[in-house]
Amino acid sequence: MGAQLRAVRRRIATVKSTAKITRAQELIASSRILKAQQRLRAAAPYARELTAAVEAVVSRSSSIRHPLTTQPEHPSRAAVLILTSDRGFCGGYNATVIREAAGLAALLGERGVEPVTYVSGRKGIAWHRFRERPMAAQWSGFSDTPSSADAAAITSALLESFGRNASEGGVDEIYVVHTEFVSMLTQRPAVRRLLPLEIAEREDRRAIPVYDFEPSPEKVLDALLPWYVESRVFHALLDSAAAEIAARRRAMKSATDNANELLEALTREANKARQAEITQEISEIVGGANALAETISGS
Amino acid sequence: MLHVKLVVPEGEVWAGTADEVVAKTLEGDIGVLTGHTPVLGILAPGSVVAILPRERPSGPGGWIQAAVAGGFLSVADDNVSILARQAVLGTDVDRATARAELAEASGGAGGAESERAGYLRAQLRAAGDQG
Repeated sequence: MGAQLRAVRRRIATVKSTAKITRAQELIASSRILKAQQRLRAAAPYARELTAAVEAVVSRSSSIRHPLTTQPEHPSRAAVLILTSDRGFCGGYNATVIREAAGLAALLGERGVEPVTYVSGRKGIAWHRFRERPMAAQWSGFSDTPSSADAAAITSALLESFGRNASEGGVDEIYVVHTEFVSMLTQRPAVRRLLPLEIAEREDRRAIPVYDFEPSPEKVLDALLPWYVESRVFHALLDSAAAEIAARRRAMKSATDNANELLEALTREANKARQAEITQEISEIVGGANALAETISGS
Repeated sequence: MLHVKLVVPEGEVWAGTADEVVAKTLEGDIGVLTGHTPVLGILAPGSVVAILPRERPSGPGGWIQAAVAGGFLSVADDNVSILARQAVLGTDVDRATARAELAEASGGAGGAESERAGYLRAQLRAAGDQG
Protein backbone atom coordinates (compact mmCIF):
# COMPACT_ATOMS: atom_id res chain seq x y z
CA MET A 1 0.00 0.00 0.00
CA GLY A 2 1.26 3.47 -0.87
CA ALA A 3 2.27 5.91 1.80
CA GLN A 4 -0.36 8.46 0.75
CA LEU A 5 -3.21 5.97 0.87
CA ARG A 6 -2.14 4.83 4.32
CA ALA A 7 -2.10 8.40 5.64
CA VAL A 8 -5.57 9.14 4.28
CA ARG A 9 -7.02 5.93 5.72
CA ARG A 10 -5.61 6.83 9.14
CA ARG A 11 -7.26 10.23 8.98
CA ILE A 12 -10.57 8.61 8.03
CA ALA A 13 -10.39 6.41 11.13
CA THR A 14 -9.69 9.42 13.36
CA VAL A 15 -12.53 11.50 11.95
CA LYS A 16 -14.91 8.55 12.23
CA SER A 17 -14.23 8.07 15.93
CA THR A 18 -14.57 11.83 16.56
CA ALA A 19 -17.91 11.81 14.75
CA LYS A 20 -19.06 8.92 16.95
CA ILE A 21 -18.24 10.88 20.10
CA THR A 22 -19.90 14.09 18.96
CA ARG A 23 -22.96 12.19 17.77
CA ALA A 24 -23.29 10.48 21.17
CA GLN A 25 -22.95 13.84 22.95
CA GLU A 26 -25.61 15.29 20.66
CA LEU A 27 -28.03 12.47 21.50
CA ILE A 28 -27.38 12.79 25.23
CA ALA A 29 -28.01 16.53 25.09
CA SER A 30 -31.20 15.99 23.07
CA SER A 31 -32.58 13.64 25.70
CA ARG A 32 -31.65 15.96 28.56
CA ILE A 33 -33.03 19.15 27.08
CA LEU A 34 -36.68 18.15 27.62
CA LYS A 35 -35.97 17.37 31.26
CA ALA A 36 -34.29 20.74 31.74
CA GLN A 37 -37.20 22.57 30.11
CA GLN A 38 -39.68 20.72 32.32
CA ARG A 39 -37.73 21.72 35.42
CA LEU A 40 -37.73 25.32 34.24
CA ARG A 41 -41.50 25.23 33.70
CA ALA A 42 -42.19 23.46 37.00
CA ALA A 43 -40.36 26.21 38.87
CA ALA A 44 -42.60 28.93 37.42
CA PRO A 45 -45.60 28.68 39.84
CA TYR A 46 -43.41 29.20 42.92
CA ALA A 47 -41.69 32.24 41.40
CA ARG A 48 -45.04 33.69 40.27
CA GLU A 49 -46.70 33.31 43.68
CA LEU A 50 -43.67 34.74 45.44
CA THR A 51 -43.56 37.77 43.14
CA ALA A 52 -47.28 38.35 43.70
CA ALA A 53 -46.81 38.17 47.46
CA VAL A 54 -43.88 40.62 47.46
CA GLU A 55 -45.89 43.00 45.30
CA ALA A 56 -48.82 42.69 47.66
CA VAL A 57 -46.76 43.68 50.69
CA VAL A 58 -45.04 46.57 48.95
CA SER A 59 -48.19 47.95 47.36
CA ARG A 60 -49.97 47.82 50.70
CA SER A 61 -47.51 50.14 52.36
CA SER A 62 -45.08 51.93 50.09
CA SER A 63 -43.65 53.57 53.20
CA ILE A 64 -41.88 50.32 54.11
CA ARG A 65 -38.14 50.83 54.19
CA HIS A 66 -36.24 47.62 53.85
CA PRO A 67 -32.49 47.35 53.26
CA LEU A 68 -33.11 44.96 50.37
CA THR A 69 -35.22 47.49 48.47
CA THR A 70 -33.43 50.72 49.34
CA GLN A 71 -31.25 52.19 46.64
CA PRO A 72 -27.78 53.08 47.97
CA GLU A 73 -26.81 56.69 47.32
CA HIS A 74 -23.19 56.01 46.46
CA PRO A 75 -22.66 52.36 45.63
CA SER A 76 -18.97 51.49 45.81
CA ARG A 77 -18.89 47.69 45.43
CA ALA A 78 -21.13 45.33 43.52
CA ALA A 79 -21.28 41.54 43.53
CA VAL A 80 -21.37 39.96 40.07
CA LEU A 81 -22.57 36.36 39.97
CA ILE A 82 -21.49 34.61 36.77
CA LEU A 83 -23.19 31.35 35.83
CA THR A 84 -21.09 29.12 33.55
CA SER A 85 -21.08 25.41 32.73
CA ASP A 86 -19.11 22.60 34.35
CA ARG A 87 -18.22 20.90 31.09
CA GLY A 88 -17.13 22.07 27.68
CA PHE A 89 -18.45 20.79 24.34
CA CYS A 90 -21.00 23.57 24.24
CA GLY A 91 -19.71 25.99 21.63
CA GLY A 92 -19.50 29.64 22.62
CA TYR A 93 -21.77 29.26 25.66
CA ASN A 94 -19.17 30.08 28.33
CA ALA A 95 -17.24 32.60 26.25
CA THR A 96 -20.46 34.57 25.69
CA VAL A 97 -21.35 34.72 29.39
CA ILE A 98 -17.82 35.70 30.37
CA ARG A 99 -17.74 38.43 27.71
CA GLU A 100 -21.06 39.76 29.00
CA ALA A 101 -19.68 39.78 32.54
CA ALA A 102 -16.59 41.67 31.39
CA GLY A 103 -18.89 44.23 29.75
CA LEU A 104 -20.81 44.63 33.00
CA ALA A 105 -17.57 45.01 34.97
CA ALA A 106 -16.45 47.77 32.60
CA LEU A 107 -19.81 49.51 32.96
CA LEU A 108 -19.60 49.31 36.76
CA GLY A 109 -16.04 50.61 36.60
CA GLU A 110 -17.20 53.71 34.73
CA ARG A 111 -19.65 54.42 37.56
CA GLY A 112 -16.82 54.02 40.06
CA VAL A 113 -18.17 50.73 41.39
CA GLU A 114 -15.75 47.94 42.11
CA PRO A 115 -17.02 44.55 40.90
CA VAL A 116 -16.65 41.54 43.21
CA THR A 117 -16.87 38.27 41.28
CA TYR A 118 -18.81 35.17 42.31
CA VAL A 119 -18.52 32.26 39.88
CA SER A 120 -20.58 29.12 39.44
CA GLY A 121 -19.42 26.40 37.03
CA ARG A 122 -16.01 24.82 36.49
CA LYS A 123 -15.38 26.55 33.18
CA GLY A 124 -15.83 30.00 34.66
CA ILE A 125 -13.70 29.12 37.67
CA ALA A 126 -10.90 27.83 35.44
CA TRP A 127 -11.09 30.96 33.30
CA HIS A 128 -10.69 33.24 36.33
CA ARG A 129 -8.02 31.11 37.95
CA PHE A 130 -5.91 30.96 34.77
CA ARG A 131 -5.95 34.74 34.53
CA GLU A 132 -5.38 35.09 38.26
CA ARG A 133 -8.55 37.12 38.67
CA PRO A 134 -9.79 37.05 42.27
CA MET A 135 -13.12 35.33 43.05
CA ALA A 136 -15.06 36.00 46.25
CA ALA A 137 -16.68 32.56 46.10
CA GLN A 138 -17.09 29.69 43.68
CA TRP A 139 -19.49 26.80 43.21
CA SER A 140 -19.43 23.87 40.82
CA GLY A 141 -20.82 20.42 40.15
CA PHE A 142 -24.45 21.22 39.39
CA SER A 143 -24.53 23.39 36.27
CA ASP A 144 -26.74 21.05 34.21
CA THR A 145 -29.05 19.91 37.05
CA PRO A 146 -29.20 22.66 39.70
CA SER A 147 -31.30 22.04 42.82
CA SER A 148 -32.95 24.62 45.05
CA ALA A 149 -30.38 23.76 47.74
CA ASP A 150 -27.63 24.97 45.36
CA ALA A 151 -29.57 28.19 44.86
CA ALA A 152 -29.91 28.52 48.64
CA ALA A 153 -26.14 28.14 49.13
CA ILE A 154 -25.37 30.81 46.53
CA THR A 155 -28.05 33.15 47.88
CA SER A 156 -26.88 32.92 51.47
CA ALA A 157 -23.32 33.84 50.40
CA LEU A 158 -24.60 36.80 48.37
CA LEU A 159 -26.95 38.05 51.09
CA GLU A 160 -24.23 37.67 53.70
CA SER A 161 -21.97 40.10 51.85
CA PHE A 162 -24.93 42.34 51.01
CA GLY A 163 -25.59 42.64 54.72
CA ARG A 164 -22.16 44.09 55.42
CA ASN A 165 -20.97 47.63 54.71
CA ALA A 166 -18.83 48.16 51.63
CA SER A 167 -15.94 49.28 53.84
CA GLU A 168 -16.03 45.90 55.61
CA GLY A 169 -15.88 43.91 52.41
CA GLY A 170 -19.60 43.93 51.74
CA VAL A 171 -21.39 44.93 48.56
CA ASP A 172 -24.10 47.48 47.74
CA GLU A 173 -25.56 45.80 44.69
CA ILE A 174 -25.88 42.27 43.34
CA TYR A 175 -25.95 41.43 39.66
CA VAL A 176 -26.31 38.06 38.00
CA VAL A 177 -24.97 37.25 34.54
CA HIS A 178 -26.50 34.13 33.03
CA THR A 179 -27.79 32.71 29.77
CA GLU A 180 -31.45 32.76 28.87
CA PHE A 181 -33.00 29.83 27.10
CA VAL A 182 -34.95 31.43 24.27
CA SER A 183 -35.36 28.40 22.02
CA MET A 184 -33.47 25.28 21.02
CA LEU A 185 -31.47 27.38 18.57
CA THR A 186 -31.19 30.67 20.45
CA GLN A 187 -29.63 31.32 23.83
CA ARG A 188 -29.04 34.86 24.94
CA PRO A 189 -26.73 36.21 27.66
CA ALA A 190 -28.60 38.29 30.21
CA VAL A 191 -27.59 40.68 32.99
CA ARG A 192 -30.06 41.23 35.82
CA ARG A 193 -29.81 43.22 39.01
CA LEU A 194 -31.00 41.12 41.91
CA LEU A 195 -30.55 43.66 44.67
CA PRO A 196 -31.64 46.22 45.56
CA LEU A 197 -34.98 45.08 44.22
CA GLU A 198 -36.63 47.22 41.64
CA ILE A 199 -40.26 47.03 42.53
CA ALA A 200 -42.39 48.30 39.73
CA GLU A 201 -45.37 50.37 40.75
CA ARG A 202 -48.40 48.52 39.47
CA GLU A 203 -51.17 50.49 37.82
CA ASP A 204 -54.04 48.20 38.71
CA ARG A 205 -53.89 48.28 42.45
CA ARG A 206 -57.39 46.96 42.75
CA ALA A 207 -56.21 43.62 41.40
CA ILE A 208 -54.26 43.06 44.59
CA PRO A 209 -56.46 41.93 47.46
CA VAL A 210 -56.19 43.76 50.77
CA TYR A 211 -54.34 41.20 52.81
CA ASP A 212 -54.13 40.79 56.54
CA PHE A 213 -50.52 40.18 57.37
CA GLU A 214 -49.39 37.73 59.99
CA PRO A 215 -47.46 38.71 62.03
CA SER A 216 -46.95 42.19 60.45
CA PRO A 217 -46.18 43.62 56.98
CA GLU A 218 -42.57 44.31 58.00
CA LYS A 219 -42.00 40.81 59.33
CA VAL A 220 -43.61 39.27 56.27
CA LEU A 221 -41.39 41.31 53.97
CA ASP A 222 -38.34 40.37 56.04
CA ALA A 223 -39.08 36.71 55.49
CA LEU A 224 -40.20 37.00 51.87
CA LEU A 225 -37.33 38.97 50.36
CA PRO A 226 -34.55 36.41 50.92
CA TRP A 227 -36.85 33.71 49.51
CA TYR A 228 -37.59 35.93 46.57
CA VAL A 229 -33.88 36.45 45.85
CA GLU A 230 -33.31 32.71 46.21
CA SER A 231 -36.08 32.01 43.76
CA ARG A 232 -34.54 34.47 41.26
CA VAL A 233 -31.15 32.75 41.61
CA PHE A 234 -32.78 29.33 41.21
CA HIS A 235 -34.59 30.49 38.11
CA ALA A 236 -31.33 31.85 36.64
CA LEU A 237 -29.62 28.52 37.37
CA LEU A 238 -32.39 26.51 35.70
CA ASP A 239 -32.51 28.87 32.74
CA SER A 240 -28.73 28.57 32.33
CA ALA A 241 -28.89 24.78 32.59
CA ALA A 242 -31.45 24.56 29.79
CA ALA A 243 -29.43 27.01 27.70
CA GLU A 244 -26.22 25.07 28.34
CA ILE A 245 -27.72 21.79 27.17
CA ALA A 246 -29.29 23.41 24.12
CA ALA A 247 -25.94 25.04 23.27
CA ARG A 248 -24.20 21.69 23.67
CA ARG A 249 -26.70 19.94 21.43
CA ARG A 250 -26.25 22.53 18.70
CA ALA A 251 -22.45 22.56 18.96
CA MET A 252 -22.31 18.76 18.84
CA LYS A 253 -24.71 18.61 15.89
CA SER A 254 -22.60 20.97 13.81
CA ALA A 255 -19.44 19.07 14.85
CA THR A 256 -21.03 15.81 13.68
CA ASP A 257 -22.11 17.42 10.41
CA ASN A 258 -18.61 18.78 9.83
CA ALA A 259 -17.05 15.40 10.57
CA ASN A 260 -19.37 13.70 8.09
CA GLU A 261 -18.54 16.26 5.41
CA LEU A 262 -14.85 15.77 6.05
CA LEU A 263 -15.32 12.02 5.91
CA GLU A 264 -16.87 12.27 2.47
CA ALA A 265 -13.99 14.38 1.14
CA LEU A 266 -11.42 12.02 2.68
CA THR A 267 -13.10 8.93 1.27
CA ARG A 268 -12.99 10.48 -2.18
CA GLU A 269 -9.32 11.28 -1.71
CA ALA A 270 -8.61 7.72 -0.55
CA ASN A 271 -10.36 6.29 -3.61
CA LYS A 272 -8.38 8.55 -5.89
CA ALA A 273 -5.12 7.54 -4.21
CA ARG A 274 -6.00 3.87 -4.51
CA GLN A 275 -6.91 4.30 -8.19
CA ALA A 276 -3.66 6.16 -8.86
CA GLU A 277 -1.75 3.36 -7.22
CA ILE A 278 -3.46 0.71 -9.39
CA THR A 279 -2.88 2.73 -12.56
CA GLN A 280 0.76 3.07 -11.70
CA GLU A 281 1.11 -0.64 -11.01
CA ILE A 282 -0.49 -1.52 -14.37
CA SER A 283 1.72 0.87 -16.25
CA GLU A 284 4.75 -0.60 -14.49
CA ILE A 285 3.72 -4.13 -15.45
CA VAL A 286 3.01 -3.13 -19.04
CA GLY A 287 6.30 -1.25 -19.23
CA GLY A 288 8.17 -4.24 -17.78
CA ALA A 289 6.47 -6.70 -20.16
CA ASN A 290 7.28 -4.48 -23.15
CA ALA A 291 10.89 -4.23 -22.10
CA LEU A 292 11.07 -8.02 -21.67
CA ALA A 293 9.47 -8.60 -25.09
CA GLU A 294 11.95 -6.22 -26.73
CA THR A 295 14.93 -8.04 -25.15
CA ILE A 296 13.65 -11.41 -26.30
CA SER A 297 12.93 -10.30 -29.89
CA GLY A 298 16.19 -8.34 -30.02
CA SER A 299 18.46 -11.22 -29.12
CA MET B 1 -64.77 25.45 47.84
CA LEU B 2 -61.10 26.32 48.02
CA HIS B 3 -58.51 26.01 45.27
CA VAL B 4 -55.37 24.87 47.03
CA LYS B 5 -51.82 24.74 45.75
CA LEU B 6 -48.85 23.47 47.72
CA VAL B 7 -45.76 24.67 45.86
CA VAL B 8 -42.01 24.27 46.38
CA PRO B 9 -39.24 25.78 44.21
CA GLU B 10 -39.02 22.61 42.10
CA GLY B 11 -42.73 22.41 41.34
CA GLU B 12 -46.17 21.59 42.72
CA VAL B 13 -46.44 19.05 45.54
CA TRP B 14 -50.25 19.03 45.67
CA ALA B 15 -52.95 20.94 43.85
CA GLY B 16 -56.68 20.57 43.86
CA THR B 17 -59.94 21.64 45.45
CA ALA B 18 -60.52 21.39 49.17
CA ASP B 19 -63.09 22.20 51.84
CA GLU B 20 -60.72 23.28 54.57
CA VAL B 21 -57.05 24.06 55.16
CA VAL B 22 -55.36 24.22 58.54
CA ALA B 23 -51.86 25.63 58.89
CA LYS B 24 -49.66 27.06 61.58
CA THR B 25 -48.29 30.58 61.15
CA LEU B 26 -45.89 32.40 63.43
CA GLU B 27 -48.91 33.75 65.31
CA GLY B 28 -50.70 30.45 65.75
CA ASP B 29 -53.00 28.03 64.01
CA ILE B 30 -55.13 29.30 61.18
CA GLY B 31 -58.07 27.45 59.69
CA VAL B 32 -59.27 28.50 56.26
CA LEU B 33 -62.80 27.89 54.99
CA THR B 34 -64.57 29.26 51.93
CA GLY B 35 -64.93 33.04 52.04
CA HIS B 36 -61.95 33.68 54.32
CA THR B 37 -60.57 37.21 54.29
CA PRO B 38 -57.30 37.68 52.37
CA VAL B 39 -54.35 36.69 54.55
CA LEU B 40 -50.62 36.57 53.96
CA GLY B 41 -48.90 34.76 56.76
CA ILE B 42 -45.48 33.30 57.42
CA LEU B 43 -45.65 29.61 58.27
CA ALA B 44 -44.00 28.36 61.41
CA PRO B 45 -40.81 26.54 60.37
CA GLY B 46 -41.13 22.77 60.63
CA SER B 47 -44.90 22.69 60.87
CA VAL B 48 -47.66 20.56 59.41
CA VAL B 49 -50.27 21.80 56.95
CA ALA B 50 -53.50 19.85 56.80
CA ILE B 51 -55.80 19.93 53.78
CA LEU B 52 -59.31 18.43 53.68
CA PRO B 53 -59.74 17.68 49.99
CA ARG B 54 -63.10 17.84 48.21
CA GLU B 55 -62.67 14.40 46.73
CA ARG B 56 -62.32 12.11 49.72
CA PRO B 57 -63.73 8.87 50.99
CA SER B 58 -66.91 9.50 53.03
CA GLY B 59 -66.80 9.39 56.78
CA PRO B 60 -64.35 11.01 59.21
CA GLY B 61 -60.70 11.53 58.40
CA GLY B 62 -59.49 12.01 54.86
CA TRP B 63 -57.12 14.85 55.72
CA ILE B 64 -53.95 15.25 53.70
CA GLN B 65 -51.02 16.14 55.92
CA ALA B 66 -47.88 17.77 54.61
CA ALA B 67 -44.71 18.80 56.41
CA VAL B 68 -43.28 22.19 55.43
CA ALA B 69 -39.86 23.65 56.22
CA GLY B 70 -40.62 27.35 56.35
CA GLY B 71 -42.69 29.22 53.82
CA PHE B 72 -45.83 31.28 53.66
CA LEU B 73 -49.52 30.97 53.11
CA SER B 74 -51.61 33.34 51.06
CA VAL B 75 -55.39 33.28 50.93
CA ALA B 76 -57.38 35.42 48.49
CA ASP B 77 -60.70 34.82 46.72
CA ASP B 78 -60.85 31.20 47.86
CA ASN B 79 -57.41 30.55 46.37
CA VAL B 80 -55.00 29.17 48.94
CA SER B 81 -51.33 29.09 48.00
CA ILE B 82 -48.91 27.44 50.34
CA LEU B 83 -45.34 28.18 49.32
CA ALA B 84 -42.68 26.20 51.09
CA ARG B 85 -38.95 25.98 50.60
CA GLN B 86 -39.30 22.27 51.18
CA ALA B 87 -42.44 20.21 51.61
CA VAL B 88 -43.40 16.56 51.63
CA LEU B 89 -46.77 14.81 51.87
CA GLY B 90 -47.22 12.62 54.94
CA THR B 91 -47.89 9.61 52.73
CA ASP B 92 -44.54 10.10 50.98
CA VAL B 93 -42.47 10.25 54.16
CA ASP B 94 -40.11 7.36 54.67
CA ARG B 95 -40.48 7.04 58.45
CA ALA B 96 -37.42 4.90 59.07
CA THR B 97 -35.13 7.25 57.15
CA ALA B 98 -36.68 10.35 58.72
CA ARG B 99 -36.27 8.90 62.22
CA ALA B 100 -32.65 7.99 61.59
CA GLU B 101 -31.90 11.45 60.17
CA LEU B 102 -33.68 13.08 63.08
CA ALA B 103 -31.54 11.18 65.57
CA GLU B 104 -28.48 12.44 63.69
CA ALA B 105 -29.72 16.03 63.35
CA SER B 106 -30.84 16.48 66.96
CA GLY B 107 -27.82 14.68 68.39
CA GLY B 108 -25.10 16.93 67.01
CA ALA B 109 -26.54 20.44 67.30
CA GLY B 110 -26.82 20.51 71.08
CA GLY B 111 -28.92 23.31 72.62
CA ALA B 112 -31.21 24.95 70.08
CA GLU B 113 -33.02 22.57 67.79
CA SER B 114 -31.86 23.04 64.24
CA GLU B 115 -34.19 23.91 61.38
CA ARG B 116 -33.51 20.54 59.83
CA ALA B 117 -34.52 18.64 62.95
CA GLY B 118 -37.75 20.65 63.17
CA TYR B 119 -38.58 19.79 59.58
CA LEU B 120 -37.90 16.08 60.19
CA ARG B 121 -40.10 16.12 63.28
CA ALA B 122 -42.86 17.70 61.19
CA GLN B 123 -42.42 14.96 58.60
CA LEU B 124 -42.97 12.31 61.24
CA ARG B 125 -46.03 14.14 62.57
CA ALA B 126 -47.42 14.42 59.04
CA ALA B 127 -46.90 10.70 58.58
CA GLY B 128 -48.96 10.09 61.71
CA ASP B 129 -46.06 8.93 63.83
CA GLN B 130 -46.14 10.29 67.35
CA GLY B 131 -43.08 8.47 68.68
